[in-house]
Amino acid sequence: MTASPTVRSELLRQRSRSARLFLLPMILALAIVAGWPLLRTIYFSFTDASLTNIDAAKWVGFKNYLSWIQLKSGRTIYSGLLVDPAWWNAVWNTVRFSVISVSVEAIFGMIIALVLNAEFKGRGIVRAAILIPWAIPTIVSARMWGWMLNDQFGILNDLFMRVGLIDHPIAWTASSDTAMIAVLIVDVWKTTPFMALLILAGLQMIPGDIYEAARIDGVHPVKQFFRITLPLVKPALMVAIIFRLLDAMRIFDLIYVLTPNSAQTKTMSVLARENLIDFDKFAYGSAQSTLLFLIIALMTMLAIWIGRVKLDGGER
Amino acid sequence: MTTIRMQDLRKSFGTFDVIKGVDLEIEPGEFMVFVGPSGCGKSTLLRLVAGLEDITSGTLAFDEKIVNSLTPSQRGIAMVFQSYALYPHMTVYDNMAFGLKLAKGSADDVKRRVHKAAEMLQITDYLDRLPKQLSGGQRQRVAIGRAIVRDPKVFLFDEPLSNLDAALRVATRLEIAKLHAKMHETTMIYVTHDQVEAMTLADRICVLRDGNVEQVGTPLELYEKPQSIFVAGFIGSPKMNFLTEEFADAYKTDILGVRPEHLEIKDKDGLWKGKLLLAENLGSETFLYIDIGAKEPLVVRQDGSAHQQPGELLCVAPVNNNIHRFDQSGRPAAN
Repeated sequence: MTASPTVRSELLRQRSRSARLFLLPMILALAIVAGWPLLRTIYFSFTDASLTNIDAAKWVGFKNYLSWIQLKSGRTIYSGLLVDPAWWNAVWNTVRFSVISVSVEAIFGMIIALVLNAEFKGRGIVRAAILIPWAIPTIVSARMWGWMLNDQFGILNDLFMRVGLIDHPIAWTASSDTAMIAVLIVDVWKTTPFMALLILAGLQMIPGDIYEAARIDGVHPVKQFFRITLPLVKPALMVAIIFRLLDAMRIFDLIYVLTPNSAQTKTMSVLARENLIDFDKFAYGSAQSTLLFLIIALMTMLAIWIGRVKLDGGER
Repeated sequence: MTTIRMQDLRKSFGTFDVIKGVDLEIEPGEFMVFVGPSGCGKSTLLRLVAGLEDITSGTLAFDEKIVNSLTPSQRGIAMVFQSYALYPHMTVYDNMAFGLKLAKGSADDVKRRVHKAAEMLQITDYLDRLPKQLSGGQRQRVAIGRAIVRDPKVFLFDEPLSNLDAALRVATRLEIAKLHAKMHETTMIYVTHDQVEAMTLADRICVLRDGNVEQVGTPLELYEKPQSIFVAGFIGSPKMNFLTEEFADAYKTDILGVRPEHLEIKDKDGLWKGKLLLAENLGSETFLYIDIGAKEPLVVRQDGSAHQQPGELLCVAPVNNNIHRFDQSGRPAAN
């Protein structure tokens, strides 16, 4: 930028100087708590570091990600993260969990938001009550659901048995068939309120007179939802879905508490922690963390890019 | 050609009565204006006709057919809202065509009707724009267009000019007058708080006050023979002067009403005498505020600009004895 000799540009320079000054503490804090650990993790992913002797880490290049040895017989054996079936299982689990949970939450969230948007007595109380699952710390709700889903003492099994839905108790969190379902149930229960609240905010931005115009046009309520409400709430809905997707991609606490050591629910975050701490494969865990970071960073960039292109159709 | 008949129409929100028994008949093809101060229930009455609010009691009939429980779309009405109420995510064309498409009109018919209305309102160039790309006046035309394409039996306007600036308001008022001339078979109801809009547009005006009909009549009837002080004060600008005590006694009445335009400055021998407080000079006319010893200054309208100076002593008298006499209850005094 070329400096012009006007007073105005001097003022501008002064303002950007003080802006930088105000930003400095934040940037510093971010660099210490986020930047430094991130760079360390990326560095360790290229070493043979072990938890017992982190300082003795030696540079090994891409070995943790992919390496191969050629046997005398001519066969090549690949090893490393990129060919690790446990890793790809975790990636698949994470994607499956994210897509299903966010879709279900979006649908339930929309329904709840539509109900809360209507005028009825005690709406304020219901609005506050609906937030309770979201306000409970994940560890607490995971433990609570863990008990409710318990195969011997759980209330869910008892209920389903009495109603006759099942004839023998199901080990919801332990059985390989139901572990993912159990995690999904708890996550949907916990985060639907958040989704509902974001969508409700979007619904309340829609002016009421449009619905009166629709009544005069004789628009059927179902058509009204799909042709008027949905297009108008879409920007808010997309923001909510993107937020939740990014959040779901790094899910850790719920699965760590509810279904530890289940291959059916192990996500990228859970697997990375396992390698870093439990298996003392610190370098390998670092490589997994780095890859997880790359995937989420990519998705975030994609989300921001989509947001800039598509999400500005909201105002009148 | 639809007659609208209201019989003892009432509306309450909870325990609060908004419309307190309205009896009114609107002739086929008539342009009826509901006018009154804010809170008088004029918008609510219109929304009862539209079907946007439920009628608490009484009957509303279109051509002898009671429509109390019909939905807005079944009543065959169209409405123009103060806030335009356009669908923000649809183009101008889709805004106008939406209702028609849902009513399963043939594609050709929908297209023809939308284009005809667009031509009538000169918005053909904007058909593929979104509402947010239009000015306030253009949006209101689209809203009117959306109402026209429905080919309604009854056309309702809820303060359609309130969100427009002064110049645009006058222009759009003319458009609406033209529209009424073109659609002379359509019964129209128009709500406004602006008595100029009421006077210029209406075939008949219905003055509302506190949920009751105060007076119904042609603009001239209301102007010349107001049936109450309220109507006398509401119709006409600036409002009628009201004089009491010795000023009224001279005319053997309780309250004497004289419009500013029916007063003139006399050189001498005026009926009333007082000091000029203020002269509002509008170029084409001037309003003189004269302190004749009454509770409020007397307002006198004069053609052209005034030569009088504040502080000057002036004599005033009604022209041709053009006065209104009211009794204590605010009704016209018997002769």
